Formats: sequence, C-alpha cells, structure tokens
Amino acid sequence: MSSWHAAQVVRTEPLAASARVLTLAVPGFAGALAGQHVDVRLTAPDGYQAVRSYSLARVGRDEVVELAVDEVRGGEVSPYLVHEARPGDRMEVRGPLGGYFVWRPHDGGAVQLVAGGSGIVPLAAMARARAAAPTSDAPFRLLAAVRTPADAFFAKELDSTEGLTTTWLYSREAPPASTRPPGRLTLDDVTAHAFAPDVGARVYVCGPTGFVEAAAALLVDAGHDAARIRTERFGGA
Amino acid sequence: MAVFTRGFGGRRPDSERPVPPGQYLTDDFPVLSIGPTPNVDTSTWQLTIRSEEGAEHRWDWAALQALPAEDVTADIHCVTRWSKQDTHWRGVPVDAFFADVETAAEYVVAHSFGGYTTNLPLDDLLDGRAWVVTEYEGEPLEPLHGGPVRLLVPHLYLWKSAKWLRGLTLHLDDEPGFWEQNGYHLYGDPWSEQRYG
Repeated sequence: MSSWHAAQVVRTEPLAASARVLTLAVPGFAGALAGQHVDVRLTAPDGYQAVRSYSLARVGRDEVVELAVDEVRGGEVSPYLVHEARPGDRMEVRGPLGGYFVWRPHDGGAVQLVAGGSGIVPLAAMARARAAAPTSDAPFRLLAAVRTPADAFFAKELDSTEGLTTTWLYSREAPPASTRPPGRLTLDDVTAHAFAPDVGARVYVCGPTGFVEAAAALLVDAGHDAARIRTERFGGA
Repeated sequence: MAVFTRGFGGRRPDSERPVPPGQYLTDDFPVLSIGPTPNVDTSTWQLTIRSEEGAEHRWDWAALQALPAEDVTADIHCVTRWSKQDTHWRGVPVDAFFADVETAAEYVVAHSFGGYTTNLPLDDLLDGRAWVVTEYEGEPLEPLHGGPVRLLVPHLYLWKSAKWLRGLTLHLDDEPGFWEQNGYHLYGDPWSEQRYG
C-alpha cells in the first residue's frame, strides 16, 4: 500500500462549474473500499513535487482510479486537476488509504449518508458500491447539502440509484419547485429526512469542517448514538 | 524513473525553514476527527494516568490549573500533509504529571473522550517534548481543536496529539491505537515520513 504507482489520465468529465471527474489508469492498483482515499503526487519539470489526498468517487475496478475533484480557489493542485490535466497526462497515486470511514458490502444494516458540498464524493462511492453489490439489501439514505442545484454532484444518478433515497437540501438557491426555503441544515431536516435514531443506522458525515461540526451535532441532538457517527472533514476552522 | 506531470508548475514554499518531506504549509487550521466533537465540561473533566500495575493518579481542572504552565511555540505536521509553522499554545509539560508515577513501562496509550486512542513511547512524552495544553493562540482551546484539554506532541504527526484528553495508560508493550490499527505508522515521525504502517 505504501508504494507509488504511475498513473495516467484516461478521461475527464465536467461535474460542476468548478469540479470534474478524472479517471486514471493505474497499473498495480488493487482496488479499494468505498470511502477510502488516495494520495496523488504531481511532479513539475524541475522535480518539485506536491501531494494531496482525494476521496475515490467509485471503487470496484482494479487498476482504475476515479476521482471527483472540486477546485479549491488559489490552491496548488486542485486547479491543475480541474482545469489543466488532460488524457495522457501522467502523475502518481498511492493507496488506497484510510480504514475507518469505509462501507463494506457485508456490513449490513441501514446506512445514513450526510454530505456537505463536495463531501458527497466518498458517500457516492458507498452508494455506488451498495448498488453494485447484488447481495446487499441495506437501505441507504443520503442527505446532501449543496449551495445551488448546479453544485449537486452526480444528481441524476443518485436520484435513481437502487436502494438509495436521496434528499437534496439547498443553502443558497433552491429549484423553483422546492418547498423548503434555501438555508443551512436544520434539526427539522434531519428528523424529516434521515433515518430515525431507533433504526440504528451507521451514519457517515463528510464535508467542510463547519458543515460536519453542525451536522454531527444535529444528529446527536436528534438522538443518534455518537459512537455510530463517522465523520470526515476537510478545510480549516 | 521520475513521472513528470505535464503542465504542472506547483508552488514553492515561501518559508526558509524546511518542512518535512511531502508536507505543504497552510495558514488554516484543518480539523480531522473520527466522529462528532464531544462536549467536555471542565467542571467534570479529569485526567487519569494508570500504571501497568493499575495504580491511578488523577487531576481535575483545578489541579491542572495549579500545575506550572508554559508557553509553547511549535510547528505542527498532519499526516494528511498540511503543516503549520509557529503555532502558539499554553500548557503543562507532561513531565509534571509523571513526577510521582512509578513505572517500568516504556509505552503509553493516550485516551480521548469519544473513544479515540493513540500510542506513543513514554520517552516521547517526557523531557519537555510534549504538553497537556488548554490554550491556543491566547484563547481557551476550542472543542473543535480538542478543547478543553488536548495532548500536544509536535515532533510527531498530529494524530498522536490526542484531542479531548482524558487518560494516559502505561504499557510494557507498544499497543496500537485507533489510527495505528487502521493503517497508520506505530511511531509517526514526520521527518522520516512515517505515515503508513
């Protein structure tokens, strides 16, 4: 797991205004669990290197790594991956990494996913892994908070993924048909759309630090057992 | 053979001070925790050190305040690759807590409210290299960053600096903690890039 694999971009697809999916061919990469991430290393012509971690958007295919990268404005690596990288470009990948924020098809039981913004990426990998596992009948729910409808990654797919019930919550601008005014995640949203605490769902929360702090606190307030809530945060506070 | 990335320029660090290999500098203070931030009340907070023989030593908030605290300026390094230079903390050197602890153990497991654990050699907590801290940048330590009380071991990757500290247990053998059981290195020296086990 600790060696670097040579990787080559094979496809890029737009995902949102400042985000895209990159598919990399990575000979020697032996697959991953849903929720895991990889380190990506870029090397400039003078040998300077930069490394960042990205969650996998899809798992289950050997020697293929699918990333969904959201641009961090002023960042060093994500603007390159979102705007510059193109098929044939080379980089390196190490992983998969992280053994806790993962869902395994044999885990069983209900799963509640709670996403803020691009935090949906590892949760989408879990929903996709569940849909791809013929033996799993675990009910999945996804509460996905996004700024506007244009920021909803994988919306069409996640709205029609088998076994998954998705609720989109908009913080700045909601679609015209929406009855919920735009705003931050509330306790009412959690009680209305998430599994009830007595279902005993495993809960995965991923997003920017402020979102995860707020969402995890609301879930605990709603009665969910803190020990069943797994979190992954990104960004500062 | 190096794998070069077409079109990637990168940004060189401004700092003249070296950064551990594979790290980048940030002015931000990212947060990484495995679950919800626990609410820890200083009126009920306790720190317990338990020796390998089972002998326990306890400090409550008032006892902690009575110990000699010092200001600490440190560079911190997270295994997720960000480093932050010249962070300012205030806390009590871990040595102060071990003054009356009798032990033959060489290893410690730090325990957090919320269930997190991490293992360290006892020597790495002593000789003024680790602190039990309660302030960050002149303010009480926020719950988000481990308040009211966290461990600070700046010479190791930051996952060793357990947030919401409630106990230290002594062990004759090195017992892997939470991340150490989940693929991360037993020791975690950023300068040797000991990220993964």
